[in-house]
Amino acid sequence: MSVLSALLRKELRLELRTFESVPGMVLFSVTIFVVFHFGLDRASVEGDLAAGILVVTLLFAGMLGLNRLYVADEEQGGFDGFLLAPVDRTWLFVAKATALFAYLVALEIVMVPAFAFLLLGPGLGQALPELLVVLALVNGGFAIIAALVGAIAVRTRARDLLGPLIALPLLVPVVIAGAELLQPLLREGGGGGLEAKWLAILGLYDLVFGLLSVAVFDPLLED
Amino acid sequence: MTTAIELDGLGRAYGERTALAGVTLSLPAGRTLVVFGPNGAGKSTLLRILATLLRPTTGTARVLGSELPREAWRVRGRIGLLGHDPLLYRELSARENLRYHARLHGVAPARVEALLDAVGLGLRADDPISTYSRGMVQRAAAARAVLHDPELLLLDEPRANLDPAAAEALEPLLAGTPDRPRTRVVTSHDPAGGLAEADVALGLRGGRPVLLAPAAEVTVAQVGALYR
Amino acid sequence: MYGKGLRGLSVATIITLVGAFALVFFYAPNDRDQGFIQKIFYLHVPMAIVALGGFVAGGLLAIQHLRTRDPKWDLRSYVAIHISIILAVGVLVTGSIWAKGSWGHWWLWDEPTLVSFLIVFLLYATYTPMRFAIEDRERQARYASVFAITAGAFVPLNFAAVRMAEAYTHPRVLSTTGGAMPGDMRLTFMVAIVGMILLFITLYRFELATKHARGRLRSLRRQLTGDDAPVPRRTAAPTI
Repeated sequence: MSVLSALLRKELRLELRTFESVPGMVLFSVTIFVVFHFGLDRASVEGDLAAGILVVTLLFAGMLGLNRLYVADEEQGGFDGFLLAPVDRTWLFVAKATALFAYLVALEIVMVPAFAFLLLGPGLGQALPELLVVLALVNGGFAIIAALVGAIAVRTRARDLLGPLIALPLLVPVVIAGAELLQPLLREGGGGGLEAKWLAILGLYDLVFGLLSVAVFDPLLED
Repeated sequence: MTTAIELDGLGRAYGERTALAGVTLSLPAGRTLVVFGPNGAGKSTLLRILATLLRPTTGTARVLGSELPREAWRVRGRIGLLGHDPLLYRELSARENLRYHARLHGVAPARVEALLDAVGLGLRADDPISTYSRGMVQRAAAARAVLHDPELLLLDEPRANLDPAAAEALEPLLAGTPDRPRTRVVTSHDPAGGLAEADVALGLRGGRPVLLAPAAEVTVAQVGALYR
Repeated sequence: MYGKGLRGLSVATIITLVGAFALVFFYAPNDRDQGFIQKIFYLHVPMAIVALGGFVAGGLLAIQHLRTRDPKWDLRSYVAIHISIILAVGVLVTGSIWAKGSWGHWWLWDEPTLVSFLIVFLLYATYTPMRFAIEDRERQARYASVFAITAGAFVPLNFAAVRMAEAYTHPRVLSTTGGAMPGDMRLTFMVAIVGMILLFITLYRFELATKHARGRLRSLRRQLTGDDAPVPRRTAAPTI
């Protein structure tokens, strides 16, 4: 556990020192909203269109985060330094997933209000608690897959391309479930509660891939 | 006296390319093995295997009583590595880097402070590594390597970026204490200096051992012949 | 060693496939609504089932590889995935033809099988480039195994999610009779599935035998020429 805290402190300290991930993700997402406005020629969106835009933007910003996640370790010998320590290597996965989760939360703190401001027709008020639950589960899925795929991609050539190419299909169920859950929330008079079956799918996805990643992560770090 | 390292036919192949093959030797605890050889001879490969960072593809290795790679987890905390890569994050300071490694190894923060002073980085400890000279980086890396007081120290050309004075200052840190000397494996391109500090000399060429003898029986010329 | 029984297997496969072909054209009934084009179902669905099985098998073989670190498991996983990718393309093509024939559109977002296979294909399409991007053979095999296990677990989950997404809005479009299959259809379908499974196994063992033979040839050549043997090109395929 102290290993996790040591890893996390290092991750967050590096991010705060270099600002390599979060500001880029924030700027990118706000720009995407502007692009969507022009691309769709809509001044305001709601319901399924709003849900789609929000989830897809979050997804693409998450891909930016994925690309940066292991770069410092790969380029500055962080892997070897960690591998030499007498600790369970799975903690690295947990730390990376937690860090990306934190970056996504930081992103959403800016991105969601920006979305409400720029594109969203109905207000967010009543739906806010449910929105947070959905985003938490979606962030979890993104973070788990990014932490796994990032480790695969970082030591290959064309890593910035391969990472998202592998991660995006894997994340389709998360996009489906996230959009389905957000749809009613982003409608006028939203906040009608969350559909159980999609919550179940999202929760199951996070659980299955969380456990699976923990099981297969070790062989990625050898040599 | 216990044996620190026992290798039998140790080798590492990458597909059809053999980086290392047929290394058999036995090194008692507290002794120093110096590995000579031109670039690409397999010195770094050998070191990485001993550091548990690389799995051998042939042969066996017993380090500090545990068989690699099966029991690598047992000895990881007792081995230190100082290679070409300082293994430090450039945007963090020396103190932050060392504290991070200390937490990973379960070492008290006080030791970090002691080592920072020992390598002469006390005043600049809070500046990012990216602002350090190469000599300072090497000293910080050396501090990282011995932070957890390892029984076995693996050194890949440790004096590469240091002036003679700094190298001198580092020596006691790397050597351990007289009553508990560290077992060391050092790679070197300096025949005279290397032999002077060695108990056993190993010469590699093309991944294979062509020279293996107590250092006292090896001449500088023999080491030089490896490079031709 | 790998070629044993291959001839018998090939013959059995050809017989079964020809038999299925005959049944499809001469025995199975014409669908009332969709007409003759519906018969592509006997190709499309068995391919889908076998491809899914192949992807999951690729994941299971990869687990064996990570457990034993024996490269032969990696080769088997690679071949299983390889063939399944080809079958997946077949699923997409036959599904598309079926859609065009029955509904007039080349693509149907409402058909969960088709959509799931598109996603699965997009995922596995990265398998070979990923392998190719890693030069070290042992690391390539290891990473490929992690990929195969993750993707293998993903396939059923993805299927369920996509199916659920379409369930309430659109019923299964490219289905037949929706429910129980009449006897003559079921027989044809069963034979088609058995034929497809046999085809997979035959192709699988054939490719393994070829790779094995090539590996033996290479190692013999190396033994004869010694250090003058040409350095092998980078490759995405595992070599024994």
